[in-house]
Amino acid sequence: MSTATDTLHHDEHDEHHHHHIPKGIKRWLFTTNHKDIGTLYLWFSFIMFLTGGAMAMIIRAELFQPGLQIVDPNFFNQMTTVHGLIMVFGAVMPAFTGLANWLIPMMIGAPDMALPRMNNWSFWILPFAFLILLSSLFMEGGGPAFGWTFYAPLSTTYSSDSTALFVFSVHIMGISSIMGAINVIVTIWNMRAPGMTWMKMPMFVWTWLITAFLLIAVMPVLAGVVTMVLTDKYFGTSFFNAAGGGDPVMFQHIFWFFGHPEVYIMILPAFGIISHIIPTFARKPLFGYASMVYATASIALLSFIVWAHHMFTTGMPVAAEMFFMFATMLISVPTGVKVFNWVATMWRGSMTFEVPMLFAIAFVVLFTIGGLSGLMLAITPVDFQYHDTYFVVAHFHYVLVTGAIFSIMAAAYYWLPKWTGVMYDNTLAKWHFWASLVSVNVLFFPMHFVGLAGMPRRIPDYALQFADFNKWISIGGFAFGLSQLIFLALLIKACRKKGEPASAQVWEGAEGLEWEIPSPAPYHTFETPPIIK
Amino acid sequence: MAQQEVKEYQKYYVPEQSIWPIIGAVALFLIAVGAGTFTVEVSKGKEGHGEWILLAGIATLIFMVTGWFRNQIHESMSGLYSDQLSRSYRQGMAWFIFSEVMFFAAFFGALFYARTIAIPWLGGASNNAMTNEVLWPGFEAVWPLLQTPGGTESTQMGWFGLPLINTLLLLTSSVTCHYAHVGLEQDKRKQLSWMLGLTIILGCIFLALQVEEYIHAYEIGLTLDSGMYGNTFFMLTGFHGMHVTLGTVILIVLWFRIQKGHFTPDNHFAFQAGSWYWHFVDVVWVMLFFFVYIL
Repeated sequence: MSTATDTLHHDEHDEHHHHHIPKGIKRWLFTTNHKDIGTLYLWFSFIMFLTGGAMAMIIRAELFQPGLQIVDPNFFNQMTTVHGLIMVFGAVMPAFTGLANWLIPMMIGAPDMALPRMNNWSFWILPFAFLILLSSLFMEGGGPAFGWTFYAPLSTTYSSDSTALFVFSVHIMGISSIMGAINVIVTIWNMRAPGMTWMKMPMFVWTWLITAFLLIAVMPVLAGVVTMVLTDKYFGTSFFNAAGGGDPVMFQHIFWFFGHPEVYIMILPAFGIISHIIPTFARKPLFGYASMVYATASIALLSFIVWAHHMFTTGMPVAAEMFFMFATMLISVPTGVKVFNWVATMWRGSMTFEVPMLFAIAFVVLFTIGGLSGLMLAITPVDFQYHDTYFVVAHFHYVLVTGAIFSIMAAAYYWLPKWTGVMYDNTLAKWHFWASLVSVNVLFFPMHFVGLAGMPRRIPDYALQFADFNKWISIGGFAFGLSQLIFLALLIKACRKKGEPASAQVWEGAEGLEWEIPSPAPYHTFETPPIIK
Repeated sequence: MAQQEVKEYQKYYVPEQSIWPIIGAVALFLIAVGAGTFTVEVSKGKEGHGEWILLAGIATLIFMVTGWFRNQIHESMSGLYSDQLSRSYRQGMAWFIFSEVMFFAAFFGALFYARTIAIPWLGGASNNAMTNEVLWPGFEAVWPLLQTPGGTESTQMGWFGLPLINTLLLLTSSVTCHYAHVGLEQDKRKQLSWMLGLTIILGCIFLALQVEEYIHAYEIGLTLDSGMYGNTFFMLTGFHGMHVTLGTVILIVLWFRIQKGHFTPDNHFAFQAGSWYWHFVDVVWVMLFFFVYIL
């Protein structure tokens, strides 16, 4: 192997050259460094989170009182649509991809992501895609107003001309996601340090491996369905038009074949994060590691055969409804395994309650509430009552806000000292946590009640009997929105390195390769792989 | 064992900063804006700049791909790539092809759904007798759907003739592509060059015949907007044709690289990727031939 040793010498020579950090804007535009790209993803997702949040504020301001007061209904529809699109594709998914970029190479002992240039390309597509989406709001006829699910015929027959731009911006978001997912999967498959066997991999890495598989499997289906919307609207095809032999319900089948795995794309990495944080602060190894891995894989596989539970009321034979009902309920088994394992990890642990742990515990409790309302929605006859009410809105905000987003915040607090080298401002962090926790429940919990009482979603006006609850929901919404400004202040402070220096391990009970390198993590890590025993 | 591996570890090549990805992002931005604007302009018969933005985007993308690949080829030729990196590329290509499979799956799914569910229901199957009776009286559910519920008529495209010839052409090209690969692995450069050239020629003939078939289809009244049969026919064969075009371009680039003496029996990722892609478009065509033409 003389060539290998030669290369090794050659590269050692290069080392100095390699270690300088590029300065200025070029560093960010041309970077191939997984940590830089991770930072870009995380900041982008936070900006999108605030943007989508501002739209939610408009929605809640309109719904503060019954009647139409602030915006006209068409604009209200644009707000619900773009809020959903931004939060799903602009906030949650890029935040997880940012975490994957920062953490996976450090966790498996790799020098970088497997395909660093493609990594940069994946990121920089996103700001452009959302620029297109957001600017379509200012076009003649307005932006997309058909809901983030863009059901036909709302998106075909009844949509404005900005739909073509919507379609192509979704296409390039999809390209970005697929490339990002390929990168993650190849990194995990091919870049693990010697001795990092499959069943030694940290849970975050496992969950992302499975998430990446889901992404590659379903993002192309989304691309397919938006393409059909485009040709139906502009080129005279009739995929979703009965007069031409198509079917609007077929739109929903294809969309949700993407959409349901997409839901797990937004939660599996969260499961991984929580499986890191709870063992650290309970000072016990994760209970049932192997069962966590199998549960994650089972959830992912089941996600392909449950899509039609989103469309119980739109027309299916009874046998199909029964199949999708039981398949959906089956998912609560592996999910239950996970919740059990987290609780069992905490059982008799030496627990401390630092802010990441607070968010993680809140996640376990509140995500479970979201899971249970999901179980209710899975029951076909019951769903006939709940469908398209605020109960559904309550359900998916519990799993997405107190689930996915709380886990992202937990992750941010947990790994921030590793990224910046300083501890975050603990006072601000506690304020952020408690304000978020209280307000998010004021915001979403009453939605269960108004939903069960029959208040329909996606409507700018409502019957008078819902007025009191909606007032409180709106107050909770504004409070939750404002609470995130505390987080912004804290992040700016941490990024300007104001705070106590963090040790390499940061947390007393933290285990894993990323805690063995100094804080802040050097620009390049594990250029030669560590050996895992 | 672990010790041994470390001793033989060749450092993974992490590229320096690169300008190409951001140019690629700008290219996709221009393509998305251009295509979005152009689509509206074409369908509304309006004047505008959409096509120019789209063309600028495509030009930028071609510029980016050329520059990026030039870098890659240079790096590969100067021996910077380890076996591990080569595996990364192979796995990346394999997953990319899987994503393409899923893209076609969406359109095949639409075809199967329409044939087995949507159209029979419109014809009154399952519990939809009244749908047929009240909304689409007189509509008969048959495939191919030569008369839509709305009354649009079209003609069937038979499988005998051009489609069969095209199937034979593509299947043959898969074989020649394979023998080109065998030639490369056994270092028989002449076989490699000839077989790859033959593959390219077969691909081009396929594309020419496909254009011929489209013209024929429009003459006999099978059009993109003639209902579900025309929709699935043109979308599936159209996207397949776009993939064959891209595959042919890839093979042509590979052929020129071979003339310059690139690739060795044990270092030829680009060739491998190109040939995988070619076999993939062949498999899609076989599926198409069965489900779109014959059945």
